[in-house]
Amino acid sequence: MSNSAPVKISATDVKVFYGDNQALHGINMDVYQNEVISFIGPSGCGKSTFLRCMNRMNDTIDQCRVNGSILLDGRDIHDPSLDVVQLRAQVGMVFQKPNPFPKSIYENIAYGPKLHGLAERKADLDDIVESSLRRAGLWNEVKDRLDQPGTGLSGGQQQRLCIARSIAVSPEVILMDEPCSALDPIATSIIEELIDELKQNFTIVIVTHNMQQAARVSDRTAFFHLGNLIEIGNTNDIFTNPQQKRTEDYITGRYG
Amino acid sequence: MPNNKIGGHYSQAYDEELQQAVMRLLQMAGLAQQQLSDALTAFTSADLALAKQVKAADRKVNNFEVDISEHCLDILARRQPAAGDLRLVLAVLKSINDVERIGDLAKRIGKVLLKEEPGNRPQQSQLDELAVMGQKALQMLQRALVAFEKIDADEALDVLREDRSIDDDYARIMQQSLTMMMHDARQISISLQVSHVAKALERVGDHARNICEHTIFLSKGRNVAHLSDAELQQVVDKKRD
Repeated sequence: MSNSAPVKISATDVKVFYGDNQALHGINMDVYQNEVISFIGPSGCGKSTFLRCMNRMNDTIDQCRVNGSILLDGRDIHDPSLDVVQLRAQVGMVFQKPNPFPKSIYENIAYGPKLHGLAERKADLDDIVESSLRRAGLWNEVKDRLDQPGTGLSGGQQQRLCIARSIAVSPEVILMDEPCSALDPIATSIIEELIDELKQNFTIVIVTHNMQQAARVSDRTAFFHLGNLIEIGNTNDIFTNPQQKRTEDYITGRYG
Repeated sequence: MPNNKIGGHYSQAYDEELQQAVMRLLQMAGLAQQQLSDALTAFTSADLALAKQVKAADRKVNNFEVDISEHCLDILARRQPAAGDLRLVLAVLKSINDVERIGDLAKRIGKVLLKEEPGNRPQQSQLDELAVMGQKALQMLQRALVAFEKIDADEALDVLREDRSIDDDYARIMQQSLTMMMHDARQISISLQVSHVAKALERVGDHARNICEHTIFLSKGRNVAHLSDAELQQVVDKKRD
């Protein structure tokens, strides 16, 4: 990913506190449009916390306080006049464990567009459901059983359903928090292939514990440690010649 | 001697596997060095028995090459090494090619002697010059291996530069051989022997140089093949942030 791509998200001096505990110590990072960027680092390093800052998911945690600025297309996402529900449609999220609603496959996808008033007629909604499922690579597997519960799908299909659900509200950024950690290698490969296709239209930020996955799918990789961003760079460089010893120690399985 | 730049993984078995790759490379190189040294002795002293021994030793070096590449393949498949570990495995894989070729070159020097008519011998001054050039090549190889073992880019760059002196020796010996051939056609077969051996030694210098390049790659993460001296110096001087 060349640095000449437009900046999609720009984070400056982001600090996060859970009560008295500081989880992030001033993160600065630009995320470029249409890139796939991976966050790696040991448990508790702050990578998921930072991911959740990007669509203000941390707001849902009582004790949590976020300082610093995060701009989405140049606009401060903490601006009081900004609609958080709208922000989360623009910056969608896919979680570690697939979490389809206990409704039909169709309803899982249609729910968001209905909420956001994206479809005036049933035919429009049908189109959104079909195109979202197609983009998530799930259409052919579910087109004959759209009325069946989403929870009846396999784990990998459920995760693609969740991706389709986030796509349905026309997001610009998709945040993925360990999206494959509950999936088998084949389902994982399908999701990774999907990520590669999705980056044509979306900016993707993915948190993963699987370093090979970061190496496979992302253009750039950021390494977090103890609430700090230690190193960020092209994925090739990070995995063949990282500049920071702490990065090297982590990705090679050494105690630093 | 375990290298502490290689160790330190949570998995001690992984530490050992990487150490093993380097240890076996050094063992293999030790054999090739001995082979080359014997080949030089055999050629300069017309020792046919030793020349045959050099030829036979080549199989051991070749076996090492197969064994080490399989070991590295196992590491790649099972450990999926990254960063410095990945570069180490690649550097070992590349270096065993060079060491194997050095073994072949030693064999070739032995063969030059074995193929010649007995009595058809170069002059003592020619043999002396080849002996000096051969010592230089052996020393360069030895230093290249030490730099690899220590993963020392500065040392590797220093050794790499010695190749020029070996190239100069080669050019001079070739010039002398050509002159002799032109002056006296009866000298042609002898001069060809000398040129073949000199060429083999010049190639040994190139392979030692390659090993130095692998060491710089291993240490600095940059592929330095085909770089100028000034560019090489820049790469080696660059410190990590």
